[in-house]
Amino acid sequence: MRYLVSVIDDKANPGSTDRQPAISEFNERLIAEGYWVFAGGLADTSAATVVDNRGEQAVITDGPFVESKEYLAGVWVWEAPDLDVALKLATEASKVCDRKIEVRPFL
Amino acid sequence: MSEAVTRAHRAEWARVVAALTKRFGDLDIAEEAAAEAFAIAVERWPVDGVPPNPGAWLTTTATRKAIDRIRRESKRDDKHKEAQVVHEPEPRGAVDDDRLRLIFTCCHPALAMEARVALTLRMVGGLTVPEIARAFLMSESAVGQRITRAKAKIKAARVPYRVPEAEDLPARVDGVLTALYLVFNEGYLATGADTDPLRHDLTAEAIRLARLIRALLPDDGEVTGLLALMLLTEARRAARVSKSGELVALGEQDRGAWDTALIAEGHGLVRERLAAGVAPGRYQILAAINAVHTSARDMRDTDWSQILALYDQLVRVDPSPIVALNRAIAVAELDGPQVALATVDRLEDQLSGYHAFHATRADLLRRLGRGQEARAAYDKAIELAGNTAETANLTRRRDQLS
Repeated sequence: MRYLVSVIDDKANPGSTDRQPAISEFNERLIAEGYWVFAGGLADTSAATVVDNRGEQAVITDGPFVESKEYLAGVWVWEAPDLDVALKLATEASKVCDRKIEVRPFL
Repeated sequence: MSEAVTRAHRAEWARVVAALTKRFGDLDIAEEAAAEAFAIAVERWPVDGVPPNPGAWLTTTATRKAIDRIRRESKRDDKHKEAQVVHEPEPRGAVDDDRLRLIFTCCHPALAMEARVALTLRMVGGLTVPEIARAFLMSESAVGQRITRAKAKIKAARVPYRVPEAEDLPARVDGVLTALYLVFNEGYLATGADTDPLRHDLTAEAIRLARLIRALLPDDGEVTGLLALMLLTEARRAARVSKSGELVALGEQDRGAWDTALIAEGHGLVRERLAAGVAPGRYQILAAINAVHTSARDMRDTDWSQILALYDQLVRVDPSPIVALNRAIAVAELDGPQVALATVDRLEDQLSGYHAFHATRADLLRRLGRGQEARAAYDKAIELAGNTAETANLTRRRDQLS
């Protein structure tokens, strides 16, 4: 079962910025234990661009598709046997990143 | 439903659903097939007679129905679903009861509390969607949707069908007990303007499920504690509402109307936990407090110092303002209303929206002869109280102020 694991940061109350070494170490473990599929941190939401080509002409706009206090700061994709395993890893991940984590299954 | 089917429904529903969920790995299939099996029993048993082993008959019938459905669907969709049918169930130990797996799955922390309650009542308790809707004053479609969504999440996110590992067990059991206590409390003090003030159907169902969980986890102190707490509370039911539909405070209840059998059972469970010699959790302490109350034949015989000692213990496990408020009631009995009022007033910031805070304050102010302030506090309590019998009691107390 694959899960999208989102790291959620809060603009008003951001998590600490010194987490990278701990995250790298956690990633090493995810790889060693066979859960790791993909991981990536994201640039600030102000670097996002939205494209909408559902109409007659493609419209390109600056900024994230939804402006919010909380935003996606990074993602993992994990392979785990069930939700309990994913939640246990997410509990550690939240501590490691000092941020909230959302776990969502792929179809 | 004939009496035999009703009895089998109470005794076997959870077992049938649990066994099918394990075999087919799908709550939807299990629920539908179990319901079908009971519907067939309603038709067949009055004609053919009740089978010698109703539980086995129901499981076999439900399993056939489930296989039929899976075959139909696999012809329509993909062939591989058929593979699930031949999956042999694993042997199980004492604790690894299928019903326990079902309970833990329905009360999984990834589900919202309302979803856990509805799902547990449906899948484990065997209540129908209309029954649950009536219990929580919701529309049938809203309850149906809540259950459907919860089942879909369990499937999509792959919530495992198993008893949690030992290290996770206490936290997960707590989640189950919270859901049960919610069902019980809604029956203990119903919140609707148009419902009965006490809902015996809900308290009885909560007790039945607590008994089931205790049978499955006999060594868990908090499970036993919650069952004892429910029994000792339920024991006072007949004395809790007057003929005129007014809630009767503990001190004014006719103690002769208490259910002695339930009290004896509750006291037995509390003694069992004391003998275990393990530090008690909140439900065990609450049960012990209720055991002290129900040991007094007369309100004046209540051992308030023991109750206060138990509340002090409870504050250490559960430092919530509501516990502090209840502790203050024991303080009033021991040290007088003045001391208690000082404690209660310190809780205002946290509890100003809670009717019992104002009711307790009103009562203390009345005992101190501060009529005008008591009246204002009763007004506030009446405004916030949701239970009709409680509102009636508060109104009378207010109107009795000189």
